[in-house]
Amino acid sequence: MELLVATAVGVLTSAGVYLLLRARTFPVVLGLTLLSYATNVYLFAMGRLVVNAPPIIDARAVSHTDPLPQALVLTAIVISFGMTAVIVVMALRSWFASGDDHVDALPRADAKEGR
Amino acid sequence: MSLALIVILPFIGAPLAALMIRAGRNACAGSAFAASLAAFVLLLSHAPQVLEGEAVQAGWTWLPGLGLDADLMLDGLGFLFALLILGIGLLIIVYARFYLAGNDPMGRFYAWLLVFQGAMLGIVLADNVLLLLVFWELTSLSSFLLIGYWNHLPEGRQGARMALTVTAAGGLAMIAGMLILGDIAGSYRLSDVLQQREAIQASPLYLPALWLILAGCFTKSAQFPFHFWLPHAMAAPTPVSAYLHSATMVKAGVFLLARMWPVLSGTDAWFYLVATTGLVTMLAGAFIALFKDDLKAVLAYSTVSHLGLVTLLFGLGTPLAAVAGVFHILNHSTFKAALFMIAGIVDHAAGLREIPRLGGLARAMPLTAALALVAGASMAGVPLLNGFISKEMMLHETLQAEWAGSRWLVPALATLAACLSVAYSFRLVAHVFFGRPREVLSGKAHDPAVGMLLPPAILVALVVAIGLLPAALAGALVTAGGRAVVGGPLPEFELALWHGFTPALGLSALALLAGAVLLKAYRSARASWAAGLHPQAKAIFDAAIDYLLDLARTITHGGHNGSLQRQLAWLVAAALVLAYATFLATPHAPGTRDTLPLAPVAMVGWLLLVAACIAVVALHRQRLLALVMVGVIGLVVALGFAYLSAPDLALTQIAVEVVSVILLLLALEHLPRETPREGSALRCLRDAALAIAAGLAAGGAVWAVLRRDFETLSGYFVEQSLPGGGGANVVNVILVDFRGFDTFGEITVLGIAALVIFALLERDRPAGADGARRQARAGAAPHSMLLTVAMRVLLMLALVVGAFLFLRGHNAPGGGFVAGLVVAIALALQYMAHGLHWARGHLRVDYHVPLGWGVVVAAVTGMGAWVAGYPFLTSTVWHLELPLIGELHVASAMFFDAGVFLVVVGACLLALTSLVRAGARRGEAAPDRGLAPAPRGET
Repeated sequence: MELLVATAVGVLTSAGVYLLLRARTFPVVLGLTLLSYATNVYLFAMGRLVVNAPPIIDARAVSHTDPLPQALVLTAIVISFGMTAVIVVMALRSWFASGDDHVDALPRADAKEGR
Repeated sequence: MSLALIVILPFIGAPLAALMIRAGRNACAGSAFAASLAAFVLLLSHAPQVLEGEAVQAGWTWLPGLGLDADLMLDGLGFLFALLILGIGLLIIVYARFYLAGNDPMGRFYAWLLVFQGAMLGIVLADNVLLLLVFWELTSLSSFLLIGYWNHLPEGRQGARMALTVTAAGGLAMIAGMLILGDIAGSYRLSDVLQQREAIQASPLYLPALWLILAGCFTKSAQFPFHFWLPHAMAAPTPVSAYLHSATMVKAGVFLLARMWPVLSGTDAWFYLVATTGLVTMLAGAFIALFKDDLKAVLAYSTVSHLGLVTLLFGLGTPLAAVAGVFHILNHSTFKAALFMIAGIVDHAAGLREIPRLGGLARAMPLTAALALVAGASMAGVPLLNGFISKEMMLHETLQAEWAGSRWLVPALATLAACLSVAYSFRLVAHVFFGRPREVLSGKAHDPAVGMLLPPAILVALVVAIGLLPAALAGALVTAGGRAVVGGPLPEFELALWHGFTPALGLSALALLAGAVLLKAYRSARASWAAGLHPQAKAIFDAAIDYLLDLARTITHGGHNGSLQRQLAWLVAAALVLAYATFLATPHAPGTRDTLPLAPVAMVGWLLLVAACIAVVALHRQRLLALVMVGVIGLVVALGFAYLSAPDLALTQIAVEVVSVILLLLALEHLPRETPREGSALRCLRDAALAIAAGLAAGGAVWAVLRRDFETLSGYFVEQSLPGGGGANVVNVILVDFRGFDTFGEITVLGIAALVIFALLERDRPAGADGARRQARAGAAPHSMLLTVAMRVLLMLALVVGAFLFLRGHNAPGGGFVAGLVVAIALALQYMAHGLHWARGHLRVDYHVPLGWGVVVAAVTGMGAWVAGYPFLTSTVWHLELPLIGELHVASAMFFDAGVFLVVVGACLLALTSLVRAGARRGEAAPDRGLAPAPRGET
């Protein structure tokens, strides 16, 4: 089980980094999204893997997994959503302004119309 | 206190003068004058003590951890300098009032002048090395502003830049040198450092420190080979030249030589470095001055030469030479400031400063000519004037000097420089004020207003008075100054006009005679000069600066050429190098923690995830497909969370996934659908290598962690969740209670992100009429009936689910984040089904409002704890007994969670609607299509 999670993080990171290094904005956004998944799972894994022991106080529960990484990851998920949203809108603005979706695109002088 | 006030008063006066310009030019100059005068009077009140040889001290602790204290000290040397700074400063303030033209911004001038004055006072009064350095840099900066005062003139800007580059570079070197010195002495207090002569000179770091400090002194005092900035600084208004570039700032360098004299001087290195530099500068400056035509250029080079003279005197290292140096600083300031002011008067009256085009001005402006004659004669070293006395003392001291075994070299060269000095001084006076009057000028030139004539007149009066009665007028001052330089008692000496027939007198007479002869033969001397080689310092300097800039640009562009791809590659590579280096450099034992058994369902999920990752990478050019794959990955991650005992994470992940995909779809609506094939195979290979290395590192790290046991502080959270936080869902209690402050910060960030999106897209707003027309068209478009009805029903359902998730969140999976996301999705679906226009008509919500209220609610909940006397965000639980429902726990944290809920709803919808609206305005996605992706063919 642990090996699955570790390799999943590895694969997600690899795919994320590769896309991050692409020249167009959209793949970069996708790459960032994948990297966020990888990071979130990475953080989550710091609490080790436990099955069937959610951190909810219950008289019947025998044990609880570590709630702290979960709380951290929960906020991380929401923040990475915010980040993705900002990045994608920046990509969009850059596209509107330059008519080019290259990551290094510069605004055109006549950038009134999108494409 | 009054010591600090002396330094602070100019800094108070600076903004005052800048403000008073609104009340008129006289009020502006008057306020500057008043501030300086107050400081001057305060300074004089210390005169009796200081002239007795006492040092007045005052100090406050500032940053003791850095050894930086605001310690001030007023000794003889500091007193002499402060006297010059404030005394000449007062004259300059008066002079500048009449010098500046009506359209020159006077408030700015006086403000900067006073900042400079305060900085200079700081240098000469500082008793802390670091404090001194702060003021030192401040003089460079304010001098830059003053030289570039006429910022419409290219010479002004270039001269200012050059002066700043040279003096600030020297200043940086000096900082290093001073830090070394402070390190050797074990204290940054100047008066302590000055006691450590033996320790400092014995230290192996003495030489580096000496070099570095001298670099600072020589650049500031325009010593060869750094002299070139001073003539270019003459682009400044003449009052600035008179003040900064003759009397004060350029003397900061020699001041520091004098200040550090007790600890640095007396070694061979000091003698050869300082005395030689001084000698060369003195000679070169005088030589160039003789052949310059611009009045101010002549004065600038002559200043270079006289600063060389003072440097030479301090370099000789004998106490009496130091006394002569102090005396010459005083004398030079008086006659040179007067001469600069006279140059300004000539410039004003005649409209030009070229010596060959001037002549015979004595007839038109007799008073100015008389002043020029006396001041010029003093510069030449004519008897009965103060310049003669210090120059003769200088010649006398050089006769004692032995340079590399030669006893005649120093006096011979010094006499030669003196002779050149006589020649240019006489030329300055004779060729401008006497000789044949020029037709061009007749009738135009005249003596200036009293306000412009009085300041140089006062200085010239001092020149004569000190020349006649040196001991009575300057004796005490020079003795106190000299004693402070030497740091102990002085040998017997006498400031006097007549010392009998000494060899120095002979050299003086020789210099005067030879100088006069040289001027007689000026024409032929000039011809041979013109035939010689003249390296242009400015061209060399510009070339050096250009070269440096090119070099810097090349280096910068090597790693940072504006390409995001390259930057990110460097970033990833650097992180990898650090991580792998750390990993490989430390030993590792294999992990011992037991692993969980492999479940088939997990295996399926893993396969799905890996396949989807590969698909995203392989198919990323087809963007829609790639986005779908990313959605699949998000779902698998959410299922993984659910499987691994994290129901809250699973819920949040699914909800976020939906919102993200909607958002990306919306963006894709406008962006190109496909990514073109770009980049060489080599580049892809490089990226792949980086990606694989990163994946190995991350995966390996996770594997290593998972195979090891750990300790956690979560036990506390689990124990206290119910009693302390009033909730059974520990994750939620951590979020809204234990770590509530983090969450508060987080929702703020989320809100800011949404506002950023809003701002980014609203900036794109086209003209109003156009937008309105489009929206009208949008409203009329038809919609799918099935979708419309279904979504309305779904909205109710989704709102109920959201409320349910929110209410139970404290005790079971759920909470403000998830509930907010669910409600946001439900509302977004309405836009999707009905189109923007309908939705805006029926959902009259400005999403800024919930966003703002959410933060407010969370903050107020947190602050509620203050009322009860607890820290921010302390929570409490109420137990209510309700009919039908039974016992209910209401935690105050729930209100906090409500704030979270509102922020999440507001942020998501603000982002989504901004995107939709931006698209609608573009007219590229018909807004009535809402959030649904456009058919392919259309764009």
